[in-house]
Amino acid sequence: MTLTHYLVLSAILFSLGAATVLLRRNAIIVFMGVELMLNATNLALVTFARLHGDLTGQVMAFFVMVVAAAEVVVGLAIIVSIFRTRKSASVDDINLLKS
Amino acid sequence: MTPSTAEAVLFWVLAPIMVLAAGGLLFARKAVHAALCVITVMISLAFLYVAQEAPFLGVVQVVVYTGAVMMLFLFVLMLVGVDASDSLVETLRGQRWIGWVAALGLGVVLVGVVGRTVYPDAVGLGDANGATNPVGVARIIFGQHVFALEVVGALLVTAALGALVLTHRQRLKPVVRQRERAAARVKAGARLTPLPAPGVYARHNAMDVPALDPDGNPIEESVPRVLRIRGQEAGTDAFHADTYRRAVTAVLAQRGVTATDAEVDAALGTTEDDPRPPAAPPGTTAGPTTDITLGEGSTGTETQP
Repeated sequence: MTLTHYLVLSAILFSLGAATVLLRRNAIIVFMGVELMLNATNLALVTFARLHGDLTGQVMAFFVMVVAAAEVVVGLAIIVSIFRTRKSASVDDINLLKS
Repeated sequence: MTPSTAEAVLFWVLAPIMVLAAGGLLFARKAVHAALCVITVMISLAFLYVAQEAPFLGVVQVVVYTGAVMMLFLFVLMLVGVDASDSLVETLRGQRWIGWVAALGLGVVLVGVVGRTVYPDAVGLGDANGATNPVGVARIIFGQHVFALEVVGALLVTAALGALVLTHRQRLKPVVRQRERAAARVKAGARLTPLPAPGVYARHNAMDVPALDPDGNPIEESVPRVLRIRGQEAGTDAFHADTYRRAVTAVLAQRGVTATDAEVDAALGTTEDDPRPPAAPPGTTAGPTTDITLGEGSTGTETQP
């Protein structure tokens, strides 16, 4: 095997995460799809760091993790407050702006 | 530098598991199962990081992602209700097909580009990890990216504050504490003593079996309120002690008369075919379903079985 296998795995995981975001209706599962995409990019970053012998890729992955943690905190808080007001976690129910 | 055989074995074991688990996220009906699938992917990723000479990121992956982020997801799932499942109604016409095509196209393009590109010979992190991997990463973070690190720290503080603000709820009604509840009970003339425990003098000791009062009649309110709302109580008829019937049978037996059930029925004027029907399966007994208010803390989903 070569390092390309890692990159292909990362691409597959990224597309599965994107498919989850596009196809699922439950806001929490959609959010987990976003997390999966972030993780896939992290794998690619770590692999590129190894490919080039430069640790900067790992530092980028580290920053992605920290930003993802902050994003999850705010996103889940939004989901909880939406659920409180609308009693639903489905992304299709949030169509207030629809005429 | 090429990956060792051990690494290849690890990769070929973990990669199918990860892809299957990611597929589980896409197809799982219940959100909890999806969360477990994502946890599987993340732990496997931690293994791959360690194999890819990034032990620091491997540990951070387990601590931050599986330890903190996914646990937060599970907490919110419990808050929102585990039953919250997907609706299958399409509000946008054809969105499902477009989504499939777009996702598949993205996958094909990504895999094609990434897989067919010719990369330079892999250098490996032997030199960069000379003074251990965490030290190397720290040199770069605190050397070239100090400002980014500070900004990220501000971002984390802002996120924590944002979560507090977004989930804050204003108190609109006065708090009802134990004293107020007691006063309300006295005022309404309701039962002042604690409720009897379920099942104690009945034939079973289970939570869903009502207790019996001295006359042998089931006390419906001894069954926990949640079970009654869900209609999961074992039915009051099935556990009626039938004391009157027993007394009649005993008196008849004293007089030397052995009466069959049917004769006792005839004497009592009851025409029960089966005096002790089997306990009803959960969810079929008629109980109050909607007329009980659970108060302010209710999410309104407790009554859904």
